[in-house]
Amino acid sequence: MSEPNASSASPSTNLAEIKDLSVSFITDAGSIKAVDGVSFTIPRGTVVGVVGESGSGKSVTARSIIKLLPETATTSGAVMLSKRDGTGELDVLSLSGEDLQRMRGSEAAMVFQEPNSVLNPVYTIGWQIEEGLRAHGMKDKKQLRAKAIDILKKVGIPDAETRVDYYPHQFSGGQKQRIVIAMALVLNPGLILADEPTTALDVTVQAEILDLLRLAKDEFGASVLIITHNMGVIADLADQVVVMYRGHVVEQGDVEQVFYHPNHDYTKRLLASVPRIGQQLVVRDLDGRAIEREDDWRDQPIAVEAKGLTITYPGHLMQPDFVAVDGIDFTIRRSEVLGLVGESGSGKSTTGRAIAGLQKVSGGSLKVLGVEMNGVKERDFKPKRADIGFVFQDPGSSFNPLMTIAQNVAEPLIVHGKYRDVAEAREYVGDLLEMVQLPRVYMNRFPHELSGGQRQRASLARALALKPSLLIADEPTSALDVSVQAKVLELFKRLQAEIGFACLFITHDLAVVDMLADRVMVMHKGRIVEHGDTEDIMQHPQDPYTRKLLASLPVPDPREQRAHREQLHALLAQG
Amino acid sequence: MGESTATKVTVPGDNRLANLEVSKKPSVFSRLPIVRDLKIAVGWQKAMLITGLVITAFFILVAIFAPVIAPYGYSQIRGDDGVAFPTQAPPSAEHIWGTTVGGFDVFSRTVWGARTAVIAIIVAVVLSIFIGVFLGLVSGYFGGWVDRVLVVIADAIYSFPSLLLAILMAIMISGGQSSLWGGILASGVSITVVYIPQYFRTIRAEVMRIKNSAYVESAKVVGASTWRIMTVHLLRNSTRTLPVILTLNSSEAILTLAGLGFLGFGIEPTAAAEWGYDLNRSVADVTAGIWWTAVFPGLAIVLIVLGITLVGESLNDLADPRLRARKSAGEVIGSIEDTSVEPNVEPSADNEYAMSLMSAAPGAADADGKEPDHE
Repeated sequence: MSEPNASSASPSTNLAEIKDLSVSFITDAGSIKAVDGVSFTIPRGTVVGVVGESGSGKSVTARSIIKLLPETATTSGAVMLSKRDGTGELDVLSLSGEDLQRMRGSEAAMVFQEPNSVLNPVYTIGWQIEEGLRAHGMKDKKQLRAKAIDILKKVGIPDAETRVDYYPHQFSGGQKQRIVIAMALVLNPGLILADEPTTALDVTVQAEILDLLRLAKDEFGASVLIITHNMGVIADLADQVVVMYRGHVVEQGDVEQVFYHPNHDYTKRLLASVPRIGQQLVVRDLDGRAIEREDDWRDQPIAVEAKGLTITYPGHLMQPDFVAVDGIDFTIRRSEVLGLVGESGSGKSTTGRAIAGLQKVSGGSLKVLGVEMNGVKERDFKPKRADIGFVFQDPGSSFNPLMTIAQNVAEPLIVHGKYRDVAEAREYVGDLLEMVQLPRVYMNRFPHELSGGQRQRASLARALALKPSLLIADEPTSALDVSVQAKVLELFKRLQAEIGFACLFITHDLAVVDMLADRVMVMHKGRIVEHGDTEDIMQHPQDPYTRKLLASLPVPDPREQRAHREQLHALLAQG
Repeated sequence: MGESTATKVTVPGDNRLANLEVSKKPSVFSRLPIVRDLKIAVGWQKAMLITGLVITAFFILVAIFAPVIAPYGYSQIRGDDGVAFPTQAPPSAEHIWGTTVGGFDVFSRTVWGARTAVIAIIVAVVLSIFIGVFLGLVSGYFGGWVDRVLVVIADAIYSFPSLLLAILMAIMISGGQSSLWGGILASGVSITVVYIPQYFRTIRAEVMRIKNSAYVESAKVVGASTWRIMTVHLLRNSTRTLPVILTLNSSEAILTLAGLGFLGFGIEPTAAAEWGYDLNRSVADVTAGIWWTAVFPGLAIVLIVLGITLVGESLNDLADPRLRARKSAGEVIGSIEDTSVEPNVEPSADNEYAMSLMSAAPGAADADGKEPDHE
């Protein structure tokens, strides 16, 4: 049944063709249709970007192309994949057993989101790269090793001859993703499916991986299907764009057309909600007047002051302590928004947690609302907790799943004795929910019954329940889709202008900081490398790291991004 | 403005959405552990679960209604007319499962035995679950040396054979031959000692998993006391796997009680009916071709343990999504929106009704006065 389709003997320009694909899943909650009648084509030697929000079916579509779906899935429609050597086409969905194994890897390979979980920690990377070759019939050991070293060199792993025998934990996250891409490229497949290949990576590493995928197209002649929710990545890499929404393809076209002349309303909205550097976020009241803070934050008293703040994590046996935050100084004034930007591991979250009293301060001084946090006793800090709100990154896990939204939001009120129980606090909780633009009736729902954006708003309501004078927001929007993120950011800006709390806004996204913050602090390896007014830093970054960070951030505009990429390459060549 | 309505795109050729209704929120009853599991189970897992539940329910009913079901008392050896029962009589109209060497009615003894078994389970579970859960919470949440000491003790106890412990307990509590409560306590205590580490381990693992989750940190940021975090946030979220150990614990309790009885450390026949004791007394009968004294109590033990274990094992499988069997996927009718789990539908009417009740409550009105509005 898996004979190559002889009827299409002429080598078509399309490498893959997805025709009316539908995929359904059986779950505990009943049957769910994930993809509904999707059709699009992947031409030879091009990069096709699939964008869409979470749950739009983009990953399922990509996985269907190599039939990598769980048992609970049912498919209909067809996925036609031309063979690399042009000898015919395969109907992927009808393949099974050995034919399927032969197709996977040699015709189409997959690059996953999280390189850490893709690589097997107990085998060397060389062995893992060779595994793909062995699976496709290559036996000679010397040849296998030569191939592995060759491909590692091509994806830019330095000193490949020795490092081929290293284990995955000896590489950084970006290098691991390079190795995963090497594993995909080594069989020279016609199609590479990259499912959010850069989402788990820092922005500077992301730029390198995107360059590598471009290399896969240019030097290996492969087509790349890249799935992402990041419009910047699409602008940087893709030749063609497929926009998906709720399991349907709403728009397909080349990248210029989709970015500059979008046809579908959803595409337009998606593009409008992408944050860009230099874009001012202005919130308006019902009459259309801009809401501004009444007082200038520069005249306000200091809410948080750090002097030589150091935070170390104790090392394990025989290992030195890890210094997460290394002697930093900063202040946050009342009604000021301070943006704290940095890559993962830079110590930005640790700083935020220390201010909230979740992390012990090991050295220096940190004064939060007048309380010295170095060596603070919980008893002394507890009254101040009512004055501090905290918004967590993942709205999914920051609510007790067994309590209703009302109970969760009322928790700080009850803990600080404002109300005796939830029933008493209901009226006020309802007001809070309305303040964050959630309907009152959501009070009786459980957290899992709300969408991500709704949950993050409820989280904001909880943080503001006690009318804190200081709010710490730790990546509050990075788990949200762009359109939802835009709404949450707008709400945030509005509330900040109205209430005037001091805020530490922690994020890795420079564009978000640019929209919200009065001042920006850039952290790198536990130190503050640059600190100043937002506009200054965005327009005239001084520190080389800040410059690299800004240059690595892909601009959601294909033409601008081309110039921007040149800048990055020039910058990297310099230093 | 709800984002769901704002971001809705028209999907070509799909007007089925209008015909669909908001699914009803599951009632409290259907979210109870076993009821919920029964609903999601399919195929052989469902058969296992139902079989187990039926057997278990049967024994519980027999235990409750033992005085009604059993024609005679557990220690009765004469009829109402004062005539002694025949000994070792084969099944007949008067004694449907025959009589034992001591003249007891086998059917009555077996029925009354269910009562002893159920009491033994309850004692064993009650004794171990509270201590185990409490220790698990404390150990998991605080960590440090408390945790290490408790873990070492728990590991040491694992290596104890529970029957040996039970024999020791039986001798300590009642000098070997015991009363109803003596025997039950002996098996209960030994089970408790062996099972506390299991509850402890499970709860500790769960607590360690969730104590770093954002909602516990969020409670800390808010300033909730340690006691409140442990009872309100951790306890309820860490009891997911309890039903499984609970059932396995129960079947172990019965086996220990029966083992004690069989070894002669059981409950005196005049104090209560106990299957293990009956089995012990029937050993000699088996070689004489008297089958009825051994078969019925033996079957009772096998069945009750089987029933409870079936429930426990299937709950265990169902709790783990990787082991859970699902219906085979058929083509789903309806569009993405129809089948989406994302709750972008308006709240159902009963919710709003509940809200109107709540806002009418006097407490809510008071609260409004105390706390000024946010705007």
